[in-house]
Amino acid sequence: MSDLNQKAVALYGGNFLKEVEERVEDGEWVSMCMQCGVCAGSCPLGPHWEHSPQKIFRMIMAGKREEVLTSDSVWMCTSCYTCIVRCPRKLPITHIMHGLAHYAHRLDVAPKGQPTRELAKIFWNSLIRTGRVNELKFSLGVYFKDGFSQGIKNLLGMQGVALGLMKAKRLNPMEILGGHKCKDIGGIQKMLAKAQEIEARRQI
Amino acid sequence: MTASIATNQTILVVGGGISGMTAALEAAECGKQVILVERNATLGGRTALLYRYFPKMCHPTCGMEINLRRIKANRNVRVMTMAEVQEVKGSRGDYTVRLKLSPRYVNSNCTACGECAKAVDAEIDNPYEYNLSKTRAAYLPHNMAYPMQYVLDPSIIGTADAEKAKAACKYDAIDLAMQEETVEIRAGAIVWATGWKPYDAARIQPYGYDRFANVITSVEFERLANPHGPTGGKLLRPSDGKEAKNIAFIQCAGSRDENHLRHCSRICCMASLKQTHYVREAYGDDAKSTIYYIDIRVIDRLEDFYQQVKKDPTVNFIKSKVAKIAEEKDGNLVLHGVDTEGYHRYATTHDLVVLAIGMEPETNGIKLPDDILLDSSGFIEGASGGMFGAGAATSPLDVNRAAQSATAAALRAIQVVHKTSTVEGAR
Repeated sequence: MSDLNQKAVALYGGNFLKEVEERVEDGEWVSMCMQCGVCAGSCPLGPHWEHSPQKIFRMIMAGKREEVLTSDSVWMCTSCYTCIVRCPRKLPITHIMHGLAHYAHRLDVAPKGQPTRELAKIFWNSLIRTGRVNELKFSLGVYFKDGFSQGIKNLLGMQGVALGLMKAKRLNPMEILGGHKCKDIGGIQKMLAKAQEIEARRQI
Repeated sequence: MTASIATNQTILVVGGGISGMTAALEAAECGKQVILVERNATLGGRTALLYRYFPKMCHPTCGMEINLRRIKANRNVRVMTMAEVQEVKGSRGDYTVRLKLSPRYVNSNCTACGECAKAVDAEIDNPYEYNLSKTRAAYLPHNMAYPMQYVLDPSIIGTADAEKAKAACKYDAIDLAMQEETVEIRAGAIVWATGWKPYDAARIQPYGYDRFANVITSVEFERLANPHGPTGGKLLRPSDGKEAKNIAFIQCAGSRDENHLRHCSRICCMASLKQTHYVREAYGDDAKSTIYYIDIRVIDRLEDFYQQVKKDPTVNFIKSKVAKIAEEKDGNLVLHGVDTEGYHRYATTHDLVVLAIGMEPETNGIKLPDDILLDSSGFIEGASGGMFGAGAATSPLDVNRAAQSATAAALRAIQVVHKTSTVEGAR
């Protein structure tokens, strides 16, 4: 268990709803859910979630902290926003799902190896290095995240697409050598450091 | 013409549904002068279009008949149909109201013999059947119409049909020269009994009311169940006229929804529970009703009715707001959603879907006098001066509570005109 996680448990005791309301982005909306089920029924990925948004909200109210934060369900949201559009109480469901995922990630209790989480990490790491996402390195990073042999398989599977992209000048193989950067990398990194400092102040 | 009879001691009641009739009668029976104006061609409003009332399952015709008899017997009420309020000026105890009178093209010689309807060929959607069927363009609104007079639809005026109707009338009751008129009347107090309308179901996009023939509203289902309705009381579904035996009722269709009506319409739960009786009466044990709900909101003594329906094995309750409806080739409908009791995903097929449609103030979209205060849904919350809301214009109410609300409004209106008459010594 990470430090932050232990601190959060100590601070909120068993009151997970309060923890979500105070710590999770848009978490104060959770208790507005009236359990109608429209979000669960409308979600295009619905059948693939272990817990639907409606159920997640109920679990939060029931204090099922570990089940919610370690669940990969909140990582399944594709941000299609159908639930927000249809929610009769106008809960920002998509944002709450992302808020929960982010919070679980910060406490380091989110599921290890969850594809969306891994993809987000690779994306982020690529971005902060140069201020630009290097699409070639990013793709390679995603292909090889599960090991070398799986990476080769992924590459072979995607080679047709890659060649097509190169022909259309949408993919530059020379990007592998460093790639394009933004002008003021130092400035970007300073900005990120500042943001992290502000974020840390909000943390427990 | 009416200016001579209305004074500042007259009470004006706007709307001739159950609330307006009640308010008008209560005031008139106290000896006050009342003018009851109704926009449509008949009194009775939406109540007259219901098949039965909950919880006693009696027919609205019964209560309507009593009220109509009271109106006929009372010299203090003057009924004006096809009259719409256009403007209100003045203040408590002294209002001037401008009314627009639309032509009926039929005068009081009419005996309701029906010869004009037989002579006319043109047909129009029948608004008294929620457009489920057509009616001849010369028509009697319904069997309980008051005044019991036919009306000509304006669309046939100037056509051969109008002349045919006139020629068929043996009583010289058809007057094609009638024109729209504007009159001003005075009133000391005004009761707004403007009622409600069903929410526009087509706006609830995932339910496909505008796309799927067999998705209907609860008010339309009342017409299907009614022996005087378009199907003669048989529960035939619109797409193919097949008997609908496996019927889904979807609660909160438009209500309790920030995207539609933010209020609870309060009567729809009871309406659906009541309608399961229609299904059971039609098919006995072969009936199958399924109620999809967020929570069943039946108030006080009506809980008994709910408990009785729960005991009926032909009625199923699914705690879930349906997420979307899809249509199959044969016109059947598949309801998709997730059940809150256990979070099971379902895709259930039904013959017919009845949306328990929410109640919206009839006056939404119409500019009311500034003195009237509206709540966030458009219901009349209060008013200053001598104006009062009554019935479903003030909040979503069933018939029983609408009549109570109307009686209360009548008493307040009586107080206003009573005061003006004592002050002026003009009693």
